[in-house]
Amino acid sequence: MRYVIQLFIIICFSFAGELLHRVLPFPIPASIYGIILLFSALELRLLKVEHIREVSTTLIISMPVMFVPPAVGLINTWDNIKNNWPEYLLITFASTFVVMAVAGWTTQRLIQWRRYRRTQKTSKNGKVNA
Amino acid sequence: MEKLMHEFLAESVYMGVMLTIGTYCIGIWLKKKTGWTLLNPLLVSIVLSICFLYATGTTYESYSEGASTISYLLTPATVCLAVPLYEQIEHLKRNYHAVTLGIVAGVLSSMLSILGMVLLLGMDHQAYVTLLPKSITTAIGMSVSEELGGNVPVTILVIVLTGITGNIFAEKFLRLIKVKEPIAKGIAIGSASHVIGTSKAMEMGQTEGAMSSLAIVTSGVLTVIMASVFALLA
Repeated sequence: MRYVIQLFIIICFSFAGELLHRVLPFPIPASIYGIILLFSALELRLLKVEHIREVSTTLIISMPVMFVPPAVGLINTWDNIKNNWPEYLLITFASTFVVMAVAGWTTQRLIQWRRYRRTQKTSKNGKVNA
Repeated sequence: MEKLMHEFLAESVYMGVMLTIGTYCIGIWLKKKTGWTLLNPLLVSIVLSICFLYATGTTYESYSEGASTISYLLTPATVCLAVPLYEQIEHLKRNYHAVTLGIVAGVLSSMLSILGMVLLLGMDHQAYVTLLPKSITTAIGMSVSEELGGNVPVTILVIVLTGITGNIFAEKFLRLIKVKEPIAKGIAIGSASHVIGTSKAMEMGQTEGAMSSLAIVTSGVLTVIMASVFALLA
């Protein structure tokens, strides 16, 4: 019974996301509205993580399987890029790695820089106190 | 007998579900046995499913009739990404600038690298706008592509390929380029390879998964805003 209620809560948020997607004019999918709504509900303490813990964990863990059917459907799209697939493939691979490197490095540098500045600050304060 | 089998496969509701989950389990088993990066369960499952459909002459339509029931769970599963995000929000608050700038840099580098390569390879405007939303989640990417006049089915194809690339190579690649901070790893994966990459980030750790989820939402919205500007450049 507990799991049925958990599933029900999650489906409610999915439905609310769907509703927002229909009503609002932005090209944002239901799932993204759903994330924002569920996150807000948790932040505002309207809902506790314990209320959806097991089912949400199960859904997240099983996520990769859910991508298989749409990916298999791509056999029907292949005709569209028959003529210049090497270019598409090259750009797809290359830019994925570029983004991963740039986003990863930028974030890491800034985190390390902040940590470095903080240790300097505390050591300075230390001297003042001494 | 063969004809009967054919008809049955075409009509069966659970064939698609069984094939999808079964091939995924084979993928998990192969990965465990060999430890090879390329034997990623997602990729193995896709390839084996396609082979099976070809071998038995089953059409995609009859496969997807059953299999799409699995994909219906994709929206609720994506919504659930709010849970790790909520539980890890302290990391975000403490590293607000690093995270925001990391995602912005990711979105910019995505569009700039696509622009550069499209110009270099001499591809046309339609190919360019088709590729522009390739690093964001499918549902947002489709509408961006449609609005800019791209070829939507091809956009879906490159988005899924991008995700699978991230899912397969993220762990090795990030180690290679020495990105070690869990927060930076998550931001990198989410910005580069959206939800499909995030399912890998989830396996790597709570922080990685949460930051990756955050990057999907933020980079998706940023791309909606910036793609129309970038579309004017080529």
